[in-house]
Amino acid sequence: MGVSIEPRRLRGRPASPGVAVGALVRLTEVAPIAAAQQSIAEAHAALAGALAAAQEALTALTAELDDADAQAVLALQLALLDDATLTAPAFAAIARGEPAAAAWSAAIDPEIASYDEASDPYFRARGADLRDLRDRVLRSLGGQSEQVVPAGAIVAADDIPPSRFLATDWGDGGLVLRRGSPTSHVAILARSRGIPMVVGVTLDQVETGQEAVLDADAGVLIIDPDPQTRRAFDQRRAAQAQARQQGDPEALGPAVTASGEKVAVLINVAGPAELEALDPAHSDGIGLVRTEFLFEGRGRLPDEDEQYAIYRRLLDWAAGRPVTIRTLDAGGDKPLPGLTRPSETNPFLGVRGVRLSLRHPDVFAVQLRALARAAVAGDLKVMVPMVTLPQELSRCRVLLAQAVAELTRARREARSPPLGMMVEVPAAALTIEDFDADFYSIGSNDLIQYTAAASRDEPELEELAGPSRAVLGLIRRVVDVARQKGRGVSLCGDLAADPTHVSLLLDHGLRELSVSPCALQAVKAAIARYRPGA
Amino acid sequence: MTKRVRASVLLRHAVGLHARPSIKLTKLAKGFESRIDLGLSADGPWVDAKSIVKVMATKAPKDCVIYFRAEGADADAAVQALVTLVEGDFQDGR
Repeated sequence: MGVSIEPRRLRGRPASPGVAVGALVRLTEVAPIAAAQQSIAEAHAALAGALAAAQEALTALTAELDDADAQAVLALQLALLDDATLTAPAFAAIARGEPAAAAWSAAIDPEIASYDEASDPYFRARGADLRDLRDRVLRSLGGQSEQVVPAGAIVAADDIPPSRFLATDWGDGGLVLRRGSPTSHVAILARSRGIPMVVGVTLDQVETGQEAVLDADAGVLIIDPDPQTRRAFDQRRAAQAQARQQGDPEALGPAVTASGEKVAVLINVAGPAELEALDPAHSDGIGLVRTEFLFEGRGRLPDEDEQYAIYRRLLDWAAGRPVTIRTLDAGGDKPLPGLTRPSETNPFLGVRGVRLSLRHPDVFAVQLRALARAAVAGDLKVMVPMVTLPQELSRCRVLLAQAVAELTRARREARSPPLGMMVEVPAAALTIEDFDADFYSIGSNDLIQYTAAASRDEPELEELAGPSRAVLGLIRRVVDVARQKGRGVSLCGDLAADPTHVSLLLDHGLRELSVSPCALQAVKAAIARYRPGA
Repeated sequence: MTKRVRASVLLRHAVGLHARPSIKLTKLAKGFESRIDLGLSADGPWVDAKSIVKVMATKAPKDCVIYFRAEGADADAAVQALVTLVEGDFQDGR
């Protein structure tokens, strides 16, 4: 037997869906260039040469590309190279005796800074394009060449410039970044080209040559995977390649099955910032707002007015479409200092979700008041997580009614929004007819792990993490009861975002799904292929 | 003969003066001899309409009015062509 290596799982945020399997390549940052001693004439010639080399390289790269988005990125860089407004000050600085690299940086850095500070996300993202151009010219001045990336590798880097992304032969590979965001230009390019990408991953112990699988649907990089995990991901990769061949990348209109039935597809979001780059017309509303983000970087819940302002922003973005806001779902894998219990032996089975909220009625009341106030401004719905017994939901209903009554007494405008529940505990699914909910939203991630008694973070238990007959039976039950009662029912969770499972969910009667924004296109394409009984 | 010409046009492009429309605009402007300026109000500040750096830096959003002023032998034709480009949604509808 050989030396056994423990697999390591590194968590980040999904930026472009899909999976990749292969060897890692760690990209290193551009080293600062030592200022070479050059005469003014030599420095002038060096910069002119570097600009010409950049122009040549970008022109050649443009000719190889066949998509308009990618060409537009390079077209901007080429146009900048051709603009004397940018280059003349650099040559003037050289004439005053500045070294070529310093002169070039001094000319372009203020432009980069002005984009970095822009309020519009589109213009803010252009800073990366200019930085890309700056570094290309600097590398050329320093006589450096780019690290070679073999086709199909999983590339790990602190950040990657758009031209570098476009020049890489990705094949079946993927991208992991320490920095970056799901709204960056590279993330948009990765999504449009179907390259799996995860951001926000700690890369301290990631080295070139390590074997890895990248699960960009879940936002996880697994280093040194065991053979079972590797096989499972090889299969997912094959299924994904097949689904992409059949998918329609333009599927951003309403989702309709092959038999003409409309399916509502909503998005899951973790806060207003995520909506900046999204067009509300591409979805049927927001099916899940995770309010845990309210705590981020504060250590306390924002007060009623702050929460109200944030909920209003979500409703304004949705422009009349429904927005379902989940009350605080702390605990489990989402601890919150000062609120959740640090010493729970099994946090997933502990005081989390509504169990926590009902034990902190003061914190809960603030959130309910802010929600009742915001409900006046749009189609807001309130959803309670981790409900297990009917009386938990009834208590929430009483607290919500109290919040509305208090606001009315204080002459504040408020409305009692529909109150629904997440169905993620098997006990609730099995007795769903006993719950007085205005709507039901099946949380597939927790429902699966609680039904199978298997953690979804355990790679060895991959085969227990799927939609088993037991799970599908529970889903069918919830859908049927909701129909009989005339209440809405939807499903949010990774199951809905996986195109291979969409037909299964539609077979079980679901006609409303809520998925991560980056899965919208693939899910709509899967719906368009669906024919009942096929 | 030197002429001075001014015109304004509503920017209806879906996203504003992004990279693609800015590149088209500066390329078109460079085809004229006249000095051409672009501004977001009738009295400036003005930037060189032939410079991508300057034009993009205006960060003009959708639904704002763009002002042109040109000075030179072909000023009339230049302003006419630029207004047509913006009115025609930069001929790409995107």
